Order: sequence, then C-alpha cells, then structure tokens
Amino acid sequence: MNFQEIILGLQNYWARQGCIIQQPYDVEKGAGTMNPATFLRALGPEPWNVAYVEPSRRPTDGRYGENPNRLQHYYQYQVILKPSPDNVIDLYLNSLKELGIDPDEHDIRLVEDNWESPTLGAWGLGWEIWLDGMEVTQFTYFQQCGGFDCYPVCAEITYGLERIAMFIQNKESVFDIEWVDGISYADVHHQGEVDYSHYNFTYADVSTLMTMFTLCEKEALQVADQQLVLPAYDYVLKCSHLFNLLDARGAISVTERTAYIGRVRNLARRVAAEYLEQRKRLSYPLLKDERLRKQVLTEEEAK
Amino acid sequence: MAKDLLLEIGVEEMPSAYMPGAISNLQELAEERLQEARLSWQQLKVYATPRRLVLYVEQLAESQPDSQLENRGPKKQMAFDENGNPTKACQGFARGQGVAVEELEIREVGGVEYVFAVKNLVGKPAQQVLPDILAGLITALPFPKSMRWGYFHTRFPRPIRWLVALFGDQIIPMQIENLVSGRTTWGHRFLGRESIDIADAGDYMQKMALHYVVLDQEMRRDMIWQQVQEAAAQVGGVPMENPDLLEEINYLLEYPTAFTGSFSESYLQVPEEVLTTSMIAHQRYFPVYDRTGQLMPAFIGVRNGDGEHLDTVRAGNERVLRARLEDALFFWNEDNKKPLEDFNQGLPEVLFQERLGSLQRKVQRVTAIALYLCQETGWGDPELVKRAAWLSKADLLSSMVYEFPELQGIMGRYYARNSGEDPQVAEAIFEHYLPRFAGDQLPQSDIGALLSLAEKLHNLVGCFCIGIKPTGSQDPYALRRQALGVVHILLERESNIDLEQVLRQTYREFAEVGPDLDEDAAVREVLDFIWQRLKGVLADHSFTYDVIESVMAVPTGHLLDVYTRVQKVQEFKTTDRFDDFMVVFNRSHNLSKKWEQVEVQVDALEDNTEQELYQQFLAVRSRVMVPTNYYDMLTDLASLRPYLDRFFEAVMVMVDDKRLKENRLSLLRGIAELCRQVADFSKIVQ
Repeated sequence: MNFQEIILGLQNYWARQGCIIQQPYDVEKGAGTMNPATFLRALGPEPWNVAYVEPSRRPTDGRYGENPNRLQHYYQYQVILKPSPDNVIDLYLNSLKELGIDPDEHDIRLVEDNWESPTLGAWGLGWEIWLDGMEVTQFTYFQQCGGFDCYPVCAEITYGLERIAMFIQNKESVFDIEWVDGISYADVHHQGEVDYSHYNFTYADVSTLMTMFTLCEKEALQVADQQLVLPAYDYVLKCSHLFNLLDARGAISVTERTAYIGRVRNLARRVAAEYLEQRKRLSYPLLKDERLRKQVLTEEEAK
Repeated sequence: MAKDLLLEIGVEEMPSAYMPGAISNLQELAEERLQEARLSWQQLKVYATPRRLVLYVEQLAESQPDSQLENRGPKKQMAFDENGNPTKACQGFARGQGVAVEELEIREVGGVEYVFAVKNLVGKPAQQVLPDILAGLITALPFPKSMRWGYFHTRFPRPIRWLVALFGDQIIPMQIENLVSGRTTWGHRFLGRESIDIADAGDYMQKMALHYVVLDQEMRRDMIWQQVQEAAAQVGGVPMENPDLLEEINYLLEYPTAFTGSFSESYLQVPEEVLTTSMIAHQRYFPVYDRTGQLMPAFIGVRNGDGEHLDTVRAGNERVLRARLEDALFFWNEDNKKPLEDFNQGLPEVLFQERLGSLQRKVQRVTAIALYLCQETGWGDPELVKRAAWLSKADLLSSMVYEFPELQGIMGRYYARNSGEDPQVAEAIFEHYLPRFAGDQLPQSDIGALLSLAEKLHNLVGCFCIGIKPTGSQDPYALRRQALGVVHILLERESNIDLEQVLRQTYREFAEVGPDLDEDAAVREVLDFIWQRLKGVLADHSFTYDVIESVMAVPTGHLLDVYTRVQKVQEFKTTDRFDDFMVVFNRSHNLSKKWEQVEVQVDALEDNTEQELYQQFLAVRSRVMVPTNYYDMLTDLASLRPYLDRFFEAVMVMVDDKRLKENRLSLLRGIAELCRQVADFSKIVQ
C-alpha cells in the first residue's frame, strides 16, 4: 500500500463513518489539533465529526534530511468525533484493518498518555497506540480547550502517517516510503527538509520574526475585538508558528519562553471565548436535534 | 443463606500506574460499605486488568440480620406523674418514635431509670440494598486523574463501557449514565471477540479464563515473570530483575506471551545504562544478561495476546528498538566529539527556576557552597571540588541527556572520563545526584558527598527563600527527598558540621535574587524542615518519640550531635541510673522552672548540705565542660541524687529570706540547665 493509498483508505473509511472530509487548513501549524476544525469545533455543545490530513510543522525537529525518523514537516491524519461515541476504540481498530493491518496478527497496546498544549490552553487524557512496539497513533479525550471545559467531550484520533507507512511498507527510513509507483517520500520532500533546516536553524531573521510576532499578536486582538473569529484565529496560528521558528533559531531564552507561551495562550483563550459567543448568538445551528438544542439553551439560560 | 456477588466495571484501557491503588481502594471501600450495610461475607477480593476492575465477594449474606433499635427517652420520674400516668413529655417521645405509650420499656442506665422505645427492625434483603452500594463504589473510588466522556458528567480515569452486577444468578440493577448493569461482558480485546453472558456470578472466573483474560493480577504477574525467565534462558541469559517494570507490564495486558528479540552487537559500544533505559522506559522490554553479568544484544518483550504470529510481533519490535538504538549511538558519538566542558557554554540559556535564574548561576552558587563545605569538612582537594562543581550540570546540555533525562549524572561521568577529567571529578558528577530515591545508594567519595550536599542545600535554601515550599502532596522540586538526602549523607559520614552556619553561608549566595525571607527566617525554616526529616529517620531507627522530642527541644545546628544525644539518652533510659537522674532533673527543674539566674553566691550557702551540693555540682560541671560522652555526663549527673536528697531534707527552698531563696533557686537552676544541655527531660515519658 503506497503513501497516498493509505491516506485514501483513511479518507474512505472515515467518510463511511459519517465524518465530513475536510481539507488541510492553509496556515502553518504544529499539529492537526490547531486546525480550527479541531481547536474551535471541539468547543461548545454542537456535535461535529470530521477527518482530514494535516501537514504539520515542527521547526526544531529538522535534521537536514539526514535522520531517518525526524522531519520538520510531516503529515498527520486527524479525526474528531464529538461527542465521543461508545465504540470509538473499535472504530479506530477497524480503520487499521482498512489499511491491511489485522489486529489479530499484531500486538496492539493502548498505553497511557496525557496530552497537554500550554500554548492552546488545552489538555486531555488518552493513549499512545502501539503497533508491535511502535507508536502509530495518539488518542485523546479532550477535557479543556482554550481554557474552557469541553462539553460534550470529543475523541481526537491522530495517526502518524509516515510511521504507519513505514510500518506497512517495512521501511527503515521515512525517505524510503513509496508515495506512489516510482516516487518516494524523498522525491517529494527531501529538499524541503534540507532547505527548511537551514532556514529554521540559521537563516531565519530573528528581529524580523520578533516584529512579525508582535504585529500578528496585535492584529489577532484587533480582529477579535470585531468578533471576527476565524480571521482572529489565523493570527493566533501565525503567532504560534513564529514562536516555534524563534525557538528553533535559539532566539528565545528560557525566561522569555514562558512569557511567549503565555502570550499565545492568551490569544487562544480570547478567540475560544469569541467562538463560543458566536455559536451561541447563532443558537447552535449544528445542534440538529431540536430536543437537545432546547435543553442546551434552557441550561444556558439558567446559568 | 448466602450467594456470590460479582461487580465488573468494564473500562477502556486504564493507566497501569493507577491499578495497584485502585485495587486496594476498592477493597477497602467495599468492605466498609458492606459492613455499614450489615451484610456479612466470607471472602472479598478485587481483580484488575487494563480493561476491567472486578469486585468478587464470596458467600455474601442474602439479607441483613434482623435487629433491635433502642432509643432512650426521658427519665422515668419525668415520664410518669405521681399517679403513674404518662406525662406530656412521655407521650411526645412515644409519638416521635412511632410506638404506643404502653409499648415503652423501663430500663436502668447508670442507676437511673429511663423509658425506652424498642423497635424490631426486619433486615432488608441484600438484593434491595446492593444497587446503591455498588453504584456508590464506582462513584466514590478516588484516582489521581479522571476524565469525562461523551455527553456525560461522571468522572473515571477512562470511559466505563459496561457493567456486570450479579448476585448469584440475579442481576443487581443499577445505572451509571447510559450504562445499565447486566450479565453481559467481554473477553480479551483481540482474542475474545464475542460478548459473553454470565449466568451466575460463580461462572465468571471460568468464563474469563476461557476468553483469554488472566484475571488475577498475582497469577498474571507470576505467569509473566516465569515466561520472561524462560525466554531469556532460551538465549542463554537471565532477565534483569525489575519489579517496577514487571508491575507496569502486568497492568498493560490481559493475556501475556513473552518473546525474545535481538539487536546488533554494534550497539553494545553505547553505555549499558543508555541501552537499558531505552529498552525499559521507552519500550517496556526486559534487558538480558549473560552468566557473567554482561548485557546481551537481546531483549524480552511481552505481548498482549497468544503465540500466533509471534514472528511478526518480534520483527516489528526489533525494528522499533533498532531505530531507538541507532539514535542513541548517534547521540553518543556526537556528544563525545567535544570535551564535556564545552557543553557548559549552553548553561546561561537553560533556566533552573524563573526567579533563581539560569543553570549557569546555579552552578556558580553551588561551586561557592561546595568550596565552603570543603573548607569546613576538609573533604577532598579544593581544586577538584571546584572542577567537579563547575562540570556537574554540563551533561544536561548533551544530546543524550536531552533524549534520556533520567541519565543525568550517568552520562556526565562517562563524558568526563572520556574528556580526561580526574576520576574523582567524574565520580562526583555522577554521585552529586545521589540519593535519587528512597533507599538509593549514597555518595561514597568525599567530593561526591560534598557536591551532593552543596546541590541539595542550594535547592532547599533557594526555593524556601522565594516561597517554594512543599505543601501536602505538592513537592515539585522534590525538596523533601533532598532534605532527607542531606540527613542521610551527614549521618553516614558522621559529620558534625554546623548546618546552621552552612545554611547562612548558602543564603548569602542568593542575595542577587532578592529573597522574600530574611536570613534568620530562611535559615530557621530550612533547618526546621531538615530537622523534620531527621525526626523521621530517628523514628525509623526505633528511637522513641519522647526521646527524640526531648533532644530536639535543645536547639543546635549540629545534626550528628542530635543523633548522638538521642542515641545516648535512649541507651541511658534503660539503665538503673536513669531513675536517679530523673529525680535530679525533676527536683531541680520543677522548683526552679521560672527562675532564670544561675549565679550562686558562695557566702549565701548557709547549710552544709547546700554547700556540699554546690561543690558536687561544680565538680560535675567542670568534668562535663570538656567535650565528653553524653552517656557519662548523664551518669555523672545522676550521682548528684544523694546530695540533692539531703539538701531537700535539710532546707526549705522557698523561705522568706529573699537572698537565701534566690540563691537556692539559682543552684537548682544551674543543675537543671546542665541536664538540659543534653535534652529537655521534662518531655521524657517515664
């Protein structure tokens, strides 16, 4: 099974489970969780089932294309099921079968892993899922997002696509993954890893990035004041990515680090609050079940 | 009549670390609730796997016993008037109790007669009280961290997915959120796909065994260890004994099958600790040693499943470990490319604590403290102490420790040796983290001990003076462990260094920080904190609390001195001189408690008994002024008894003549104070 067949397999499988198949979001981000289809939609009472591929950037993980297991740009496959269904683990295990991985022929282990993102003011409990000793998926029940309690709670399933591909194709290096006949992962991404590593570690201009961070922070707040949720959130994502770049560049001292994280978290909280207000003003259009919506609205009145 | 009770809480995979606690909590809670409900049983057991928490009660009574409820009312004389008619009070009591006045009984309590309402209660059937009890158990179980799921508000460490509650063959009906209890359960997640109906609680164990669930955690643990040993024997080795790892694996699976894997011998050039950490902490494998104790290029993994397709599982695991070891080898080679000292260039960029600044500042302070200690103790060569302190945190900047934080100190020692540092310096870099946990080894070398003390005292004083103190279960900087380390190191090395002076010196290193506490307060708080740990250590050594308290009531900065005094007082307490001594102390102390003078005027000593007592007192005092054995000192003080007895027979202390009275009080005070140099004996339980 080549790389794109794996993605297509997951797309088809989760589409059959009733998920909206969304596309990657067009702002740089560190993980699929930061896509508004997760970060914002996880908030509030509305049900939401979605799946999408997310290109993710971790500037500090760049290794100039020399390490067989580390990339500064990689792919996640992200699934959000809200509220978390009772059979969510079975749904996940069946998705592995879709990829030709029969759980009966392997050792699959759910090992405790608690996830926390200080920049997003988010945390949840769940597992790393091990396939014959290799971590291939992160599974999290979101408890808080942007500092707000998640109710209902969603399940987040994050597949590490390269890891799964290496497992399925029995490759020792991520660059050897077969993307499609005759084209490898290296053909598509190797030069990018080299260039970005040079950029991230050496050539990114610190004072430019710092100025950009401050400008984006200002813009996020200015736009949030206008209750324009998504445009404001874009600038939160930009701040987060700029912070990661500055971090990779070694430009942020340990003392400043906490302060930067706090600044991004404040923005994330602010936008999360605006989003909740906005959905309420719209009286929760995705709460299609009238009875449930009335119940939610009455409960909110009572508060 | 009695039947077996089964409660199975079916969950998604629980954190393995929670399970030992969950087992004992459920056991205690269930015993407590069933006792409260007056339901007797024969045996109560709790079983746990990652997917289920099971309460099994053998022979639980089918009903509560009948009982009598007796409530006391007014006194008889208040309840009936002179004609024997019930008063208003009596009628009110009967009405309140729901019994007729004629049914009230008269009983005597402590010689007084009262009216009593006696009601016979028919015991309720267990079937009726169990639903609330069982549901209550689930909601009352405490866990370190819990979560919500779906649309529900119930909290548990992971979602609950099914509930089995059977009393014999009867379902105990209850509901938690959308889950209604029943008789349907599930076997192993992969090997036992179909749901299973349990007809009778008694069938449960057998059904579980049939569907690949080794329910009993002790049996499962033995099974795993047996398999691991056999697997290791197949490659001619023995597995590392690691109870923590075994315990963790035990709660990661329901049906164990151990398998052997191997890795290339070329990785054996990486230090053993790196390889074993990778195997244990990252992959939960048992490392394997050959008969001579050498690490073998092999590992034992334990799969959650049977022996089918074991080759696939092995190959997958070998590949994952290979990738990790390849990384480790890379880090090892990279780190060794430059001398250890070069890593120190990164120290200013690593924060130790927000207010206490970078690791660079910390290293500078620790160096100063270590040098002061070196001068006070005479341990080690100051130049080497300085060098070891300067390099003590360098390995934190290495790639290997970045990847494997638990190897701090261990890597530092390797890198120091490879960089040609003095062997004492290399050893001290490792030893300064000791002891890392309760029961861990203590630093053996002089410089290691010195540096370990300096680091710990630095952290204690630094944290205390900016308001970071352990509260309840919160101790993020592990200050309790570090204070305990200080105690153990000083005791083991029998060092009589004055801790108070050391703490003062340490405090002065923090001037730049702008401490919240002034020097006296900081030193007092840290010293108290260390003394609290010392109390614990003394109690562990079976010294009694009264002895510990009495010794510690005499303030000092010398830890070893406290220990010695406790030891000697305890020893002296068992001798026949102890009673004499206590008489001396009590008689002199009790009368002069509020007197503060000790100056005796010789010309005011009227009676020859008081002159004699004074002479003896002077003799004892001059003997004990020379640093002496506390035991001898107490014996010596006990010898004052006959003189003191004669003194009290001959004279009155509290006489009208102010001059005589005060002089006698001063004499007594002097004796009492001499006793109190060892301990405050008024706290001793005789």
